[in-house]
Amino acid sequence: MENTDVIQGTLDMLILKTLSLGPMHGFGIGRRVEQISRGVFKVNPGSLLVALQRLERAGWLEAEWRVSENSRRAKFYSLTRAGRKQLEIETADWNRRASAIARLLKSEA
Amino acid sequence: MPFARTFARGLRTLFGRDAADRDVSEEVRQYFEDAVAERIAHGATPEEARRAAREELGNATLVREQVRSYGWENVVEDTWADVRFAARQLRKQPGFAVTAILVLALGIGATTAIFSAVNPILFETLPYPQAKQLMMVWEGKGGGGRMVNFATFRGISEQSRSFAALAAMKPWQPTLTGPTQPERFEGQRVSADYFRVLGIAPALGRVFQAADDLYHGPNVVILSHRVWQQRFRSDPAIVGQAITLDDNPFTVIGVMPAGFEDVLAAQAQVWAPLQYDPALNPMSREFGHHLRMVARLRAGVTRGAAAAELETIRPRLAQMYAKGYDTAGGPPEGFVVDSLQADITQDVRPALLAVLAAVLLVLLIACVNVTNLLLARGAQRRGELAMRVALGAARGRLLRQLTTESLLVSLLGGALGIAIAFYGVRALVALAPPELPRLTAIRVDAPVFLFALAIATVVGLVIGIIPALHVSRDNLQSGVQQTARGAAATHQTTRRALVIAEVALALMLLVSAGLLLRSLQRLFSADPGFDASHVLTMEVDEASHRYDKKPARLEFFRQALEAARAVPGVESAAFTSQLPLSGQSDVYGIYFEKDGPSSYKDEQPALRYAVTPGYFETMDIPVRRGRVFNERDTATSPRVAIINESLARREFGASDPIGQRICLRCNDAGPDRPWSVIVGVVADVKQSSLAIGEEDAFYLPSAQWYWADNTMSLVARTRGGPATLAPAMKSAVWKIDKDVPVVKVATMDALLQLSEARRRFALTVFAVFALVGLVLAATGLYGVLSGGVTERLREIGVRAALGASRSDILALIVRQGMRLTVIGLILGLAGAAITTRLLITLLFGISRLDPLTYGGVIALLLAVSLVACGLPAWRAARVDPSITLRAE
Repeated sequence: MENTDVIQGTLDMLILKTLSLGPMHGFGIGRRVEQISRGVFKVNPGSLLVALQRLERAGWLEAEWRVSENSRRAKFYSLTRAGRKQLEIETADWNRRASAIARLLKSEA
Repeated sequence: MPFARTFARGLRTLFGRDAADRDVSEEVRQYFEDAVAERIAHGATPEEARRAAREELGNATLVREQVRSYGWENVVEDTWADVRFAARQLRKQPGFAVTAILVLALGIGATTAIFSAVNPILFETLPYPQAKQLMMVWEGKGGGGRMVNFATFRGISEQSRSFAALAAMKPWQPTLTGPTQPERFEGQRVSADYFRVLGIAPALGRVFQAADDLYHGPNVVILSHRVWQQRFRSDPAIVGQAITLDDNPFTVIGVMPAGFEDVLAAQAQVWAPLQYDPALNPMSREFGHHLRMVARLRAGVTRGAAAAELETIRPRLAQMYAKGYDTAGGPPEGFVVDSLQADITQDVRPALLAVLAAVLLVLLIACVNVTNLLLARGAQRRGELAMRVALGAARGRLLRQLTTESLLVSLLGGALGIAIAFYGVRALVALAPPELPRLTAIRVDAPVFLFALAIATVVGLVIGIIPALHVSRDNLQSGVQQTARGAAATHQTTRRALVIAEVALALMLLVSAGLLLRSLQRLFSADPGFDASHVLTMEVDEASHRYDKKPARLEFFRQALEAARAVPGVESAAFTSQLPLSGQSDVYGIYFEKDGPSSYKDEQPALRYAVTPGYFETMDIPVRRGRVFNERDTATSPRVAIINESLARREFGASDPIGQRICLRCNDAGPDRPWSVIVGVVADVKQSSLAIGEEDAFYLPSAQWYWADNTMSLVARTRGGPATLAPAMKSAVWKIDKDVPVVKVATMDALLQLSEARRRFALTVFAVFALVGLVLAATGLYGVLSGGVTERLREIGVRAALGASRSDILALIVRQGMRLTVIGLILGLAGAAITTRLLITLLFGISRLDPLTYGGVIALLLAVSLVACGLPAWRAARVDPSITLRAE
């Protein structure tokens, strides 16, 4: 299967999910999404950085300049309490929709 | 709190743009380095790693911009940049900027000034709590009503359930005497609930109670804030003190608050209770139709419901007061319930709406003019705009920038316009007809500011849209290669359309002004029925107890008249109970012996003039038949009367009325009616307005009326300028009694002018606006044509080179301009045919389609536009072909 862009509207959820495992910087988040999706999803750096801005302003993420493991300054993002709640909402919403679509496809078959 | 957070973060970015930018580029750089490091870790050479990372990231600058442009603060920054850019552009072309701002300032200023005058009268609610519940009640059917009498007022008060409170009132002009100069106040006699109806509490003391409004009740008075301040030096202990009004002691019981506005009597300074007799004897003043009635609807009751209820009460009233009604023109035929707001504004509404329409036309012309300027400028800036598109500016971004420019122009114009409005309002108030209600409420205040701001914004968007659309519709790509020339064809089409609109709008304004002017000319050339030149008038107001007895009062006026006649420069003088065109309307019933006893019940209303001998000579009223009054017509001599021409014609046709007998206000005097013999017929005199003729009128010697009027107007025909004699005349009256107020000193000419103040007001405003419209239209035409000539220099050069003569070229340009004018004229005529409908009530003696006015205006516009075309045409005709052709 080829690389595809992240499904429209799910990037936020994927970022939140990734950060629920622990604080991470921009590049790490992108790579993690790609890894977990086994390379199915490819994250555009521009979209990713804009999405991080947006989520931070929404109060779901907190950003902090820290020294990374390879001793360079990096901007680390971590999930806030509101972000955790938002992740639950989005996950539930996604599951509902996904199962609905799955049911539809099944009934068609 | 996402909103607060977003806002705070935006502000931080806005005020620390550099730090925020550093943050973003740092993050992007870090991303890049991480990507490189990852690849190296996977075994790539540093070069390969860099190349791959760059590929992944794409254009780093673009990514930075993408991240950077997220957030609302960017809109603010862009707008601010646009504003600064627009300001720079305007500074670069000060000619354009100043013209556009001035033109818009004129338009917005005029509109704002008119709005601030019209707003409190037509749109704002009156300054009372729940003012929409306030109603006026008149007697009558359908449109015009007559005043109610006290019996009707009492009957409705007792029986109606629709109103929370009701009040009746009449004018009252008491004279204050005391240690200082006598002063005559304007005031009202009101029934007990008057201030409760309006819903206003006093600043000091209390308002009237039922116990104050009793027949022969206590003399109590409430003062306006201004009188309390000016006449009683804001005395905090004024309540409970006695003041002397008309020779009687009155106890002050209250002072109204400073902001209180009595819209029912704008000049009122004092209020006292009505104190009418509830016994309601027939033939008493309680049945005279001289009261106005105001009422507050109960919550939830509509105007229609109240009117319907009054209709059910009406037959009961007619029964209860049958006898009394019979002595005063019969029971009410119906009731008219009208909102107080509509009632006090209905007279001026047509004039104000017409003025409002006129100012909107001016604003439109101003907008059209500035749009034209913007278009011309847009044509010059095509190159610049095309360059910006080529450099990657989005089309929407360009539109936004152009709109910002037009908004900047219009808001600057609006700011200047508010300053203009500030002075304009003062001029309007000074010009305003005296009957304009709520004059004190006219000012530039917060709603007016908001209005000006809103108008400026709308104007900015409207005038920006056409040029902006032009830019976006154009193929700007081609604009890079060529210069402005040649591509301007579409601009020219639009600009021509705009000029046509200007001419049309200007024509509509000029026609309106012309019609008003001709109406006023007609009015003032109409014969008022007397000779107004060299006549001085003043009101002598005698209300003290010394003259309570009729003979004493008659004697006072006789002596005062003698003293006035003795003033050097006075040719003749007389007293009259009412003065033509002074706003008075004193009407009494009259019937004719010839009509027989069956007609005695329905008296005809006619204007009553109780006059001293010499009145007709002084006013120079032509005598058609018989004689005028002389010194032998006294209180004891046989009763005589004079009627006017219209009444004589209507009643007697061709036959001679002299010697016929009439009875004046004597409906139920029984069989021994006091008959008066008609001894003369005089010309009709205009009483209410120059526009209204043929009002029935009768005259009688003041000594022979039932009582001696205490307010008489002194008229004097003078040899020189009448105004200069005013001081001498006043002191002549004061020689007889120094405590008598002499008020309303005016020449008859001034009264005549004043009586048409409303039309004059409309005319002045229209004339100013029409002039502005004409100038703007002419400059618009000139601008388009001279722009056209500049753009066609080459073509004109070719024509000249091919042998076209100067006059050919002159004719070419003039023809082009005149074609626009003629199309504009035709459209304007169609528009005027519709809009002049608004003026109908202000016109007199001419049709709103008066051909002379239209012809004159067309000629004027043609002449002006010929001049406007002539200048550019002359320039075109002087084009030297060799120079223009070589310039290419």
